[in-house]
Amino acid sequence: MEATLASIVAAATPLVYAAVGETIGERAGVINLSLEGTIMLSAMTGFAAGFVTGSAIVGYAAAMGVGMLLAAIVAFASIQMRLNQIAVGFVLTLLAVQLSTFLGDSYVGEAGPQVPSLSIPLLERIPFLGAVLFQQNLSVYGSYVAVVAAASFIYRSRRGLILRGIGERPEAAFARGIPVNRLRYLYTILGGALAGMAGAAFSLAYKLGWRDGLTTNFGWIALAIVIFGGWNPIRAAFGAYLFGALQVAAGKLQPVLTGISQILPLMPFVLMIFALVLVNLRPLRDLWDSHPALRAVFASEPPSGLGTAFHPE
Amino acid sequence: MSREGTIRQRFSGPSLRGIFGRAGSLLLPIALALVVTLLLLLLIGAPPIGSLRLLWTGAVGSPGKLADTVMAWVPLALAGAGLVVTFTAGLWNIGIEGQIVAGAVAATGVARVVPGSSAVLIPLTLAAGVVGGALWALLAGVLKTRGNVNEIFGGLGLDFVASGMAIYLIIGPWKRQGIASTSGTDLFRREAWLSTVGTTSLVPLAVALAVLAVVLVYLLMRGTMFGLRLKAVGKNVTSARLLGIPDERYLLAAFATCGALAGLAGAIQATGVQHKLIPAISGGFGFLAILVVLLAGFRAAWIAPIALFFAGVSIGATQLQLRLNLNSALGGVIQGLLVLIVILAGGWQQRWRSRRRREPEAGAEDG
Repeated sequence: MEATLASIVAAATPLVYAAVGETIGERAGVINLSLEGTIMLSAMTGFAAGFVTGSAIVGYAAAMGVGMLLAAIVAFASIQMRLNQIAVGFVLTLLAVQLSTFLGDSYVGEAGPQVPSLSIPLLERIPFLGAVLFQQNLSVYGSYVAVVAAASFIYRSRRGLILRGIGERPEAAFARGIPVNRLRYLYTILGGALAGMAGAAFSLAYKLGWRDGLTTNFGWIALAIVIFGGWNPIRAAFGAYLFGALQVAAGKLQPVLTGISQILPLMPFVLMIFALVLVNLRPLRDLWDSHPALRAVFASEPPSGLGTAFHPE
Repeated sequence: MSREGTIRQRFSGPSLRGIFGRAGSLLLPIALALVVTLLLLLLIGAPPIGSLRLLWTGAVGSPGKLADTVMAWVPLALAGAGLVVTFTAGLWNIGIEGQIVAGAVAATGVARVVPGSSAVLIPLTLAAGVVGGALWALLAGVLKTRGNVNEIFGGLGLDFVASGMAIYLIIGPWKRQGIASTSGTDLFRREAWLSTVGTTSLVPLAVALAVLAVVLVYLLMRGTMFGLRLKAVGKNVTSARLLGIPDERYLLAAFATCGALAGLAGAIQATGVQHKLIPAISGGFGFLAILVVLLAGFRAAWIAPIALFFAGVSIGATQLQLRLNLNSALGGVIQGLLVLIVILAGGWQQRWRSRRRREPEAGAEDG
């Protein structure tokens, strides 16, 4: 039981990074739809840099650099050029996926460095939870930090309040002297760095190595999880763990349900998207809205300035 | 996601100035994309000029290759024409990949069970593709209009379901005689194959249908009340509703039209190219067609030439793999770079113009 739950936590870790990063960027009002491509290209780059230098740290740095660069392109296009964020993100996704295949060709099948595993003293001895949460690798621990830090930043700090302000009411924030667009750059690029870490968390920690399409569809799922999580990092993390659970379940069922074993790996993606569809259906939305307790768990209202450009003049 | 974010849509016809303006605004980005591609080739140690020449001869170097390029153009043009309709309605039909698959699955179903000669079978398989694709698209449409589900995620989910369905059919009920394999179903009966020219892959019927689709969509958007109202819905759904346009019906019609054309593309892939159902029957043409339409600035008149260029790059790139052992993803890299640079350059031009317009003297010779 503990081993299964621990493998769910490990499987969900890259998605936690990606979903938390995207949540921060979208809270500021910018959709980085390039997530699918960003994760793929940073997984490849992170592995290549790690392989060449023999250092996982260099690999992570390279992966984060790629994530930040792609996020900067999205931010520049939407803030400076006032282009459609969906269009730019979609093009970047296709471009980055192809680039990862093209540039990653010679690294396929190589063995590179990996993030060390480390049990946390004392905490690992907590009954049950210790074995699930605290006998993992550093990438997993980093994801806990990312979730807690993002949640306390967004909901408990003054800067977090400003972050929510520029996503909800950019005009009002601007009128109060807040440099809306500069902060949108900052948070979009920060989100990109976390998406880059998601890529590295695949190729240097969870799936080890590079092959074509290593992270296929995980970026789309991360985007869905952000909505499922109602733009709240903690709820998003739960969405990621739910997806991890589906993945582990599909893996365990594969030897049992031989008739459909080939489509089982696809099922978590289908179920996750339909979970998203379900929580958005009108009758259910009305139900969440009428019960405050359910509302906190299920309701998801996007930041009202999401996807729009803000022009100070 | 909000409607304010929809791309600036311009649907003016191809006036002379428009054509030169568009071509001019394309030349610089093409040159830039070329330079970046050359740098990439140098980076991985491939002969840059030789690679590009191989790309060209790989696309048009022989009648056989030219036929392959034209046959890659067919699904791009069909899907692209369909996407012009959904984009006009302000919709991001990411579900188009699934619609292609649904069309291919429907066509395969008919090809497997319907007896008779080509004269009966071929119209039926193609019609099944059209219906299958349209119904699959309507699912995404109903999820959007009734379920309040964003079409990007609804479509994505349906993409996953469609590919799962195809794989299930291929290894399950429609498995090959004796052995189930993900390499595809048995070949269809000969009567279901679309006929080709000589030994090439060229299917004249498929090309004719694609040309017809592009022309029809062009006319639909240019000269009909439907096109005009669809534009109104796409630009501002609330004011369209206030003007008395039944917006839900228009949105669903846009989905169904796009799905029908995508489904036709899928049916052609199955009956005219693969002659069987394979898991990757869409070949990524749906997503690639989204790039084509973005590059075309959402105008039907530009779909045909841009789709042809993209088809050539895709087919030519396979030669790089065969001859130079370069990954054929280079084709996709070139396509993606080109669209990214064109979009960014378009944004830059818009900003530059609007800045000039604010200065009264310089604003006169705008354009």
